[in-house]
Amino acid sequence: MTVVTLTINDELVSAQEGETLLAVLRERGVDIPTLCHLDGLSERGGCRLCMVELAGSQKLQAACVTQVQEGMVVHTHSDRLVKYRKMILELLFSERNHVCAVCVMNGNCELQWEAAKLGMDHVRYEYLHPELSLDASHDRFALDHNRCILCSRCVRVCDEIEGAHVWDVMGRGTNSRVIIDLNQPWGSSQSCTACGKCVQVCPTGALFTKGSTVAEMEKQHNFLRWILDGREKKVWSYEKNGK
Amino acid sequence: MSKTIVIDPVTRIEGHAKITLHLDDQGQVEDARFHVTEFRGFEKFCEGRSFWEMPGITARICGICPVSHLMASAKAGDAILGVAIPPTAARLRRLMNWAQLVQSHALSFFHLSAPDLLLGMESDPAKRNLMGLIDRYPDVARNGIRLRSFGQKVIEMLGGRSVHPAWTVPGGVRDPLSQESRSQIQQMLPEALAITEQALDLLRSTADTYRDEEALYGNFPSLYLGLVTPEGGLEHYDGLLRVVDSDGTVLEPGLPLPRYREIIGEAVEPWSYLKFPFYRPAATRAAHGGAAETQYAAGMYRVGPLARLNVCDFAGTPRAEAELRDFRRLAPRGRPVSNSFHSHYARLIEILYSLERIAETLDDPAITDPRIRAHAEVNHLVGVGVSEAPRGTLFHEYQVDSNGILQRVNLIIATGQNNLAMNRTVKQIAQHHIQGGKVTEGILNRIEHGIRLYDPCLSCSTHAVGQMPLQVEIFDSAGRLVDRMARN
Repeated sequence: MTVVTLTINDELVSAQEGETLLAVLRERGVDIPTLCHLDGLSERGGCRLCMVELAGSQKLQAACVTQVQEGMVVHTHSDRLVKYRKMILELLFSERNHVCAVCVMNGNCELQWEAAKLGMDHVRYEYLHPELSLDASHDRFALDHNRCILCSRCVRVCDEIEGAHVWDVMGRGTNSRVIIDLNQPWGSSQSCTACGKCVQVCPTGALFTKGSTVAEMEKQHNFLRWILDGREKKVWSYEKNGK
Repeated sequence: MSKTIVIDPVTRIEGHAKITLHLDDQGQVEDARFHVTEFRGFEKFCEGRSFWEMPGITARICGICPVSHLMASAKAGDAILGVAIPPTAARLRRLMNWAQLVQSHALSFFHLSAPDLLLGMESDPAKRNLMGLIDRYPDVARNGIRLRSFGQKVIEMLGGRSVHPAWTVPGGVRDPLSQESRSQIQQMLPEALAITEQALDLLRSTADTYRDEEALYGNFPSLYLGLVTPEGGLEHYDGLLRVVDSDGTVLEPGLPLPRYREIIGEAVEPWSYLKFPFYRPAATRAAHGGAAETQYAAGMYRVGPLARLNVCDFAGTPRAEAELRDFRRLAPRGRPVSNSFHSHYARLIEILYSLERIAETLDDPAITDPRIRAHAEVNHLVGVGVSEAPRGTLFHEYQVDSNGILQRVNLIIATGQNNLAMNRTVKQIAQHHIQGGKVTEGILNRIEHGIRLYDPCLSCSTHAVGQMPLQVEIFDSAGRLVDRMARN
């Protein structure tokens, strides 16, 4: 495999050709925020939090969907980037009803962590306060559109890992919603296998186990690694592969 | 010329309120009103959420007694599931509820009321507060803090944190009590009991100073409502609803909790956000007595520590029982204690009772049993949860659809039920002290103390938080502002 050399934050770095910039940044311990990315799922480039500056281009690029190239000059934490990342989070918070105090995911939520890490202490945009419903028709799980940030992890895990493709996204812009089958109550879905993978990968309290309280809803992503190692590498030992 | 005096806001209570005093042409108090000036809207915005979330949401109604809402809400949830929760879960909930009672009553007595009782009702307002108390009576202030901390620590050990613990759930509780926490609480108990005994002695030593206040502050006949055990004992978590009148006649010996609506109505007035709950049968009788509109005020009842001690037949723990016997001597034989000034005493008795019950509950080794949660789906579309909050009986009623989504929420909070009585108390004190329209700062504080007797939690009862400097406005008969007093 060919090796490429690039500059990340004024440091010369070598990487494998075909790797994504995000993978290289993470390998090198560069702390870069993400919400739609999850190891084991295909990349979507939707949340835009992993945006980086590339020399010679005015456009910011999402590191998760940008492949490394020879001679690339990358900056990951310029003032402009930090400003935009905060702005993205503020827009996410203003778009739906993220009332942390009473969310089942409080303390375990990736949106909350990223906001805290980036020091997003207030929202400068007007809240849209959409009137969104709670779908609790499923026996075990519930969907709260109020907390959904449209990362589409649920859509991808259900399609790519479980193979059921229950989830999809309907509508456009702020009117987009994740839907089950042909936009029907979760409890009436015939394709849903009730495996719960969507719940485990959801970064917020949009998908949760019914009856759980704050502090109980810690989500586990390990299963993705276990399944994929088994499937792709025929490695079935959880312990050896660790986390 | 008739005038109106406004005390706005009322201080050392939990929440926002003001008092208006309407004077007649001779400058005597004609009427007095206690206005609650905050609105929160929990009943409405919970609609559309899942009943599973309600302990977490309704606990946010209050930072002082979140535990009470956790109890009532989880119980309403149990009723929707239709489960009998594991016995250890019920005992653990009781344990937390008693701890809550201890910490809240300690706050009311030591930090909100003791400045009046020990420093004097008309003492320098700049020092008549917790800081002044720390200055003059450091031991008392310290004891208050220690006793509160006992209650808070027990809550924290059970729920993981002392404010808004996400611990009770429909079906039981989330975490069991560890052996370590059990013995830690047992070690803290003797100090808490000693502080309570000292406080009782302190209150008795001030009794002579406050003979006048005793006779005057909130001394009027009313009904009393509270929970009792099936045997008629003092109860704070479950049991039956009992109502007694001012003669000691038992009007409702033991109504099952889900049937509360049969006896409790809620009236609304345009000048306060706080509703006026009333005892339906008494209001109906008054209406039949000739008045055109329903005279809901005839159904005035009181809840809280005074009411609980009035409705029960016995306390059931040795030390509290002995104190209860002394408490009963404050009224003629067989009659309830109708004087809200004795709420201070009642609170201390309840602290004692709670501590004794905590000790007793912890002695049972089964308290650390890990089986603490029942699992079920929605089996009933309506659930009622009733428990005793420090300030009185708390009702949560949820109506859900088959998926457990809330269609309707009704919350009746303890303080709301004392609304009629608080209005009456304010009028009684104002009428006695205000002569010829003259109002001093000390009189204002006396009126406020009348409110503090009920330890009202307005944040809860209007389903806000903040500081309350005091303002008084005096209006003439035409409603024009003629004078204004402000305390910062």
